[in-house]
Amino acid sequence: MINVKINGKEYSVAKGSTVLEAAKAAHIDIPTLCYLKDINEIGACRLCLVEVAEMRGPALGPWRMVTACVYPCTEGMEIKTNTPKITASRKMNLELLLSNHNQDCLSCVRSTNCELQTLCREYGVTSSKFRGEVTESRIDDRSPIIRDNSKCILCRRCVATCAKVQEIGVIGANNRGFDTYVGSSFGMDLADTSCINCGQCIVACPVGALYERDDTDKVLEAIADPTKHTVICTAPSVRAQIGECFGYEPGTDCEGKMVAALKALGFDGVYDMNLTADLTIVEEATELMGRIQNNGTLPMITSCSPGWIKYCEHYFPEFTENLSTCKSPQQMFGAVVKTYYAQKMGWDPKDIVMVSAIPCTAKKFEVGRPDQSAAGVPDVDFAITTREVGRMIHKAGINFRALEDAQFDEPFGIGSGAGAIFGATGGVMEAALRYAAEAILGKKLEKVDFTEVRGVEGIKTASYKLGDLTVNVAVASSTGMAKKLLNMVKAGELDVQFIEIMGCPGGCVNGGGQPIQPASVRMNMDLRAVRAAVLYNDDANETLRKSQDNLAVQKLYDEFFGEPNSHKAHEILHTSYIKRGLY
Amino acid sequence: MKKKLTTVAFQGTKEQEEKLLAVIEKHAGQRGAMMPILQEAQEIYGYLPIEVQTIIAEKTGVSMEEIFGIISFYAQFKLNPDGQYAIAVCLGTACYVKGSGDIIEAISQKLNVPVGSTSPDGKYSIEATRCIGACGLAPVLTVNGEVYGKITVDDVDTILAKYQ
Repeated sequence: MINVKINGKEYSVAKGSTVLEAAKAAHIDIPTLCYLKDINEIGACRLCLVEVAEMRGPALGPWRMVTACVYPCTEGMEIKTNTPKITASRKMNLELLLSNHNQDCLSCVRSTNCELQTLCREYGVTSSKFRGEVTESRIDDRSPIIRDNSKCILCRRCVATCAKVQEIGVIGANNRGFDTYVGSSFGMDLADTSCINCGQCIVACPVGALYERDDTDKVLEAIADPTKHTVICTAPSVRAQIGECFGYEPGTDCEGKMVAALKALGFDGVYDMNLTADLTIVEEATELMGRIQNNGTLPMITSCSPGWIKYCEHYFPEFTENLSTCKSPQQMFGAVVKTYYAQKMGWDPKDIVMVSAIPCTAKKFEVGRPDQSAAGVPDVDFAITTREVGRMIHKAGINFRALEDAQFDEPFGIGSGAGAIFGATGGVMEAALRYAAEAILGKKLEKVDFTEVRGVEGIKTASYKLGDLTVNVAVASSTGMAKKLLNMVKAGELDVQFIEIMGCPGGCVNGGGQPIQPASVRMNMDLRAVRAAVLYNDDANETLRKSQDNLAVQKLYDEFFGEPNSHKAHEILHTSYIKRGLY
Repeated sequence: MKKKLTTVAFQGTKEQEEKLLAVIEKHAGQRGAMMPILQEAQEIYGYLPIEVQTIIAEKTGVSMEEIFGIISFYAQFKLNPDGQYAIAVCLGTACYVKGSGDIIEAISQKLNVPVGSTSPDGKYSIEATRCIGACGLAPVLTVNGEVYGKITVDDVDTILAKYQ
């Protein structure tokens, strides 16, 4: 520990702390824009300027301005975080940023949740006194992830996330000086690169330069169309995130209010995607056991995360045979509704508008993939993010906080605890183990918790003995970690039969479609763990904890599919992949 | 400066590619190898089109965007090959004050080639340079190294006529 003085008061802080971290421990906020904990710590935006004086021999040296986010504390250092000089500098830096920033705040998707706007309000910066040339830009809107560089403040948070967390690196700074812009190689659109649409860049962006394609108008149109049956299913994680759009603390379970709000919006059916998470488990675990028994391609890798799927196709095409052929729970849901349910209700699949609510931007890409149209029409019509769901509810004037809890609609209203934990890294693995263990051992499991695969670590491995069979498993979240894991498998350093990979760090609870929390919140809270706790809590409180015990799933097999991995199940619930390669 | 994207079709040879692969091999595993690789690649091809950048990205494992970011940052890296006639107009302070900005604009319009790029037929390239140290002759331009000094916009036609 070392001793520092912040604004006249003495504190003892961990050695190696930056001034920003020391101030945080002292409950003093220092504004930041380019800073994103552990991801982007580059001292570029100069909003975190503070004054420090360090010990030079026995006496205090001169006062200097430094950037708190990267400047390390030293023994005896004195720090001032709030002087007129600091305020004036921060204000000037905000004005300089605004001079080249499209101040179209009224219609900006990030208005009221923009870190730049918040700081300008706090510092009383209403407009820039600097007027001059503005960097030319255009909007790239050909992929589900839209970039509007007129709002970009060149903080590099998206660049660092793409390169360092996801280890993809399809965006970076091009040109130099005033012409610098964040974009892709040769100014290509994201749609033409090996971008996987994970949306982690959107979540990293402090302003409105990155956002997802908004499909809410099309959804509202479908709801209003009396000739359409417009139904929605919600992914496991949405209930753990949606509250944040309405001022709840992260980690608040809002399932009941979410269902009530979607019903109030006028959907003809509000269903639980946990059900097809269960269906996925039955199909996927059966596929795994088949591969083990018949010397199929192993390790088998999960296929729920469309960001991971596209990553695999681009960066590890040699592993596409290892991917489970199961569609994702979202696509299975659409496929079941447009085949089984359409038949049952006597509806033409063309008249069904299937919407999914998901914490994911890559799902917007997934709905348009080939081999995802079991009924001859796309399984899912619109995939909307948690943020879009929040926006629709706001726009409709529904008072979310005042809603009475409601229940999902039948016949797709039941999901097991195993389905619920799909949203957290390790959840699909645990759910599959609950199924496989019973199937292999031929008896009811007493202990259904496989805690070794839980937690936010990037890579987890475990080994389970099921009768005579030893099953080695591995779990990775974020494509950066997936890369590391697959390279280990390739090098023969890891012998596993089953791998779960989620494209986003921490899994879907931290997906690219989640409500955006500013860097100041992300500095103090691990959103991955806080939101995952909601799902594990749901699971622990469920009496129904195994996918195979879900009566709604059993009914689907009894009435329609026959048995897991049947010919019909293969036609409707499974898909194929493309070897894309890199460039 | 905003770099103009490549306008000339790639005509790299097998021999050039072998040289490039040898260069990448030579720098394998070396820290900070990208700058020397790009410099040597430019020596081989004369410029760094997407085809060359792709080879470098694939062989080094560095992303295409990171490579393009470096190339577009440094003025010395070229996305366009020099034309058969490489025109360089000095935009250093002295030349600029003496009107070289108008001259480069006039040449660009007459040849219909944007500054910083090469005509698609590969005949002309126009480059704006920093001070070339001939301020006494300002404003000055060079064509394939041949120097023309104290010129005006009216001289442009006569100069270009020599390079048909």
